[in-house]
Amino acid sequence: MSLSKQELDEFRAEVRAWFKENQPADPGILLPQSFMEVGTDAQFHFLRDWQRKVYEAGYLGMAWPKEYGGGGQPQALQDIVTGEMVRRKVPFMVNTIGLNWAGPLILHMGSEEQKKAYIPGILSAEDIWCQGFSEPDHGSDLGNAQLKAERDGHDFVLNGSKIWTSLGVYAKYMILLARSNPKANNKYEGLSFYLIPMKIGGIEVRPIRKLTGEYGFNQTFFRDARVPESCLIGGEGNGWKVAMATLMFERGAAGGQAGGHSMMSTEVAEVVALARSARRGGRPAIEDPLIRDQLVRFLIEERGLALNAARAKVKPLTSEYPLSIAMSGKLASSEFQRRLNQFALSLEGANAAYYVGDPHAIDRGLWQRSYFNAFSATIGGGTSEIQHNIIGERVLGLAKS
Amino acid sequence: MADMSSRPKISFSDEQAQLLEIATQFSRDKFPLSAARARIAAAEDFNREIWNEMAALGWLGVAIPEAHGGSGLGLAEVVTIVEPLGRQVAGTPLISTTLVAQALLMAGSEAQKKTWLPKLAEGAIGALALCEPAGDWSLTNLTATLTKTAGTLALFGVKTFVTDAASADVMLISVLHDGQPALVLLDRARFSKGQIARETVIDETRRSYRVTLDGMVVAAEDVLDASKTAATLRLLDEASCLFAAAEMCGGAAGVIATTVDYLKTRKQFGRLIGSYQALKHPMVDALVMLDGARSHLYYAASLWGQGAESEIAVRMAKAAAGEALAFAADRGIQFHGGFGFTYDCDAQLYRRLGLWGEARYGDAPWQRARLAQLLL
Repeated sequence: MSLSKQELDEFRAEVRAWFKENQPADPGILLPQSFMEVGTDAQFHFLRDWQRKVYEAGYLGMAWPKEYGGGGQPQALQDIVTGEMVRRKVPFMVNTIGLNWAGPLILHMGSEEQKKAYIPGILSAEDIWCQGFSEPDHGSDLGNAQLKAERDGHDFVLNGSKIWTSLGVYAKYMILLARSNPKANNKYEGLSFYLIPMKIGGIEVRPIRKLTGEYGFNQTFFRDARVPESCLIGGEGNGWKVAMATLMFERGAAGGQAGGHSMMSTEVAEVVALARSARRGGRPAIEDPLIRDQLVRFLIEERGLALNAARAKVKPLTSEYPLSIAMSGKLASSEFQRRLNQFALSLEGANAAYYVGDPHAIDRGLWQRSYFNAFSATIGGGTSEIQHNIIGERVLGLAKS
Repeated sequence: MADMSSRPKISFSDEQAQLLEIATQFSRDKFPLSAARARIAAAEDFNREIWNEMAALGWLGVAIPEAHGGSGLGLAEVVTIVEPLGRQVAGTPLISTTLVAQALLMAGSEAQKKTWLPKLAEGAIGALALCEPAGDWSLTNLTATLTKTAGTLALFGVKTFVTDAASADVMLISVLHDGQPALVLLDRARFSKGQIARETVIDETRRSYRVTLDGMVVAAEDVLDASKTAATLRLLDEASCLFAAAEMCGGAAGVIATTVDYLKTRKQFGRLIGSYQALKHPMVDALVMLDGARSHLYYAASLWGQGAESEIAVRMAKAAAGEALAFAADRGIQFHGGFGFTYDCDAQLYRRLGLWGEARYGDAPWQRARLAQLLL
């Protein structure tokens, strides 16, 4: 079914009106910037209620099948909604792992029972999902996952630990990569992929306190936790393939996500606004030539990152280093966000010394917290230093370090 | 400012793709880096034979309308020729010749266009005399004058960094006339030898001259349309930025490739030096800067001629390319170690190309200051 431009425009107008009307009121607390930062019950319940409201209005999972709670409509409509959510800067959809990774995975390769059991709760945010991939001793080496899943009749018994489990304390389910066969030919063949319940005996979620002083990440411990074999997805021993498929959804390389945005990223325009209100020597900070220079530097860099994505689509303009833009995107954008937030904080003058919790902190301490949280992206998913090595070796062809 | 959240697009035509491919091959064949020293030492401003080949390929008339003997494409297409030439540190009169033609198209009389545009498309060389001894990047802060005394118009003052002036066929000169900027187009044959003096410049592949106007008498027909002078100077300023950005992106790619080659072959302490993170990581930073600069460049080329958005895009491209080349070539010299300190190491050629591009057309802080006025 393809829609005319007029139909799409009408729909966009309807969506705009709805979000204008229904944008949630100021919760009175500092909200997290992404699903990885949900650290208090108040934040969580606010965001869960908001997702449910968007879903009930018909604006989430619009292109997912009707029989599992989706809208059964064209993807183009969901894309319009997601675009409007980003544009309006409404709070993000908290059940990110369910909506964007687990959901599409289950729809792609899950059984009929799994689709019926899990998809509706993902959309309504009734069932929060978390991800069990990283382990304490194997930071970025996913294929080396060691959490044990020993077969015992029709069950698997889980032992080990997963780390950086966002939303772990609120999650009802986890997508889990575990080692079901330690004697397999190679490390990849020994892995299986599971959809497991979190609220069972033998699973303990321990919050990790971040440098911000807040919570959000967790470590999840498994001690003889028993799950039925019906939790498998993709078949025993196929865990690596399922994990790769999940990463394709996670990175947006494969479509099928429910829609909605999953984080609020800082834009230079917001920092410019901060520079207009901040003061330097009795004048607006934005009149200071050095501050102006730095703001323009950030604007150039921000636009350069957006334009890299545009140039990546023009083959003749990427012929020398075809992988360069794709491989350096995470490094370039995460370091950019870190420096931008650091600079924003410096604009506050003496008030940069306040912190989240003080009633006088500018924007409730958003910039202080955002600077600290920016390290999650410069460290997570392979540190910037590892990224430099990878790009230097795979793109420039330099010798291994 | 353009809304980047709506996913900007870079348009790149088949013509551009073809030109880029041909120009890349041509530049490598005709301007190997190994021959750069010979070019520096040569007596002539540039290699006529290669210039004639460029003319035969139609490159000098790319942005000249068909009615005037060109192929009627635009500056975006010229960019795809300038970038690969920059990579080989191959300064030619292409940029100044293209700019003289663009100025004529905007403000030249019918007679001037008819006389010069077909010639420029065929290989005549255009020189730009826009800079003055004060070194001000603003093209409207002028001291040279066009003065009328007893019914006679005459030029006074000094212009600097007039590239290829000795071999040019025609020269475009900016002066003040009745307190307002004016542009004068003169056949170079009207200058005497003594008026054109060679300058020693930091990019030794260029031939640059100081031109003394010395009371030379000109006709009213030599002056471009006064009502379009301001717009023409803006065009020259922005187009210079666009081409300088292209040249410097090419230069950054060239010095990265040159340095990476060295890091892949040179060993110290029993290891290839490219395996050391202290060298590897800055090379990646240089690549990331180049990526951003090239994206800005081709976006600016896409947007060329679209008013304020175009000016923002070219100044961003110029600032980004200047910084990318400065960083890449500076580290390029350092990472060649002792060899980098010698005249024989090619990294210095690129550093000089970058310093020239920054000095001639307004460096990155200058561009950012202009951008701050446009954006903040």
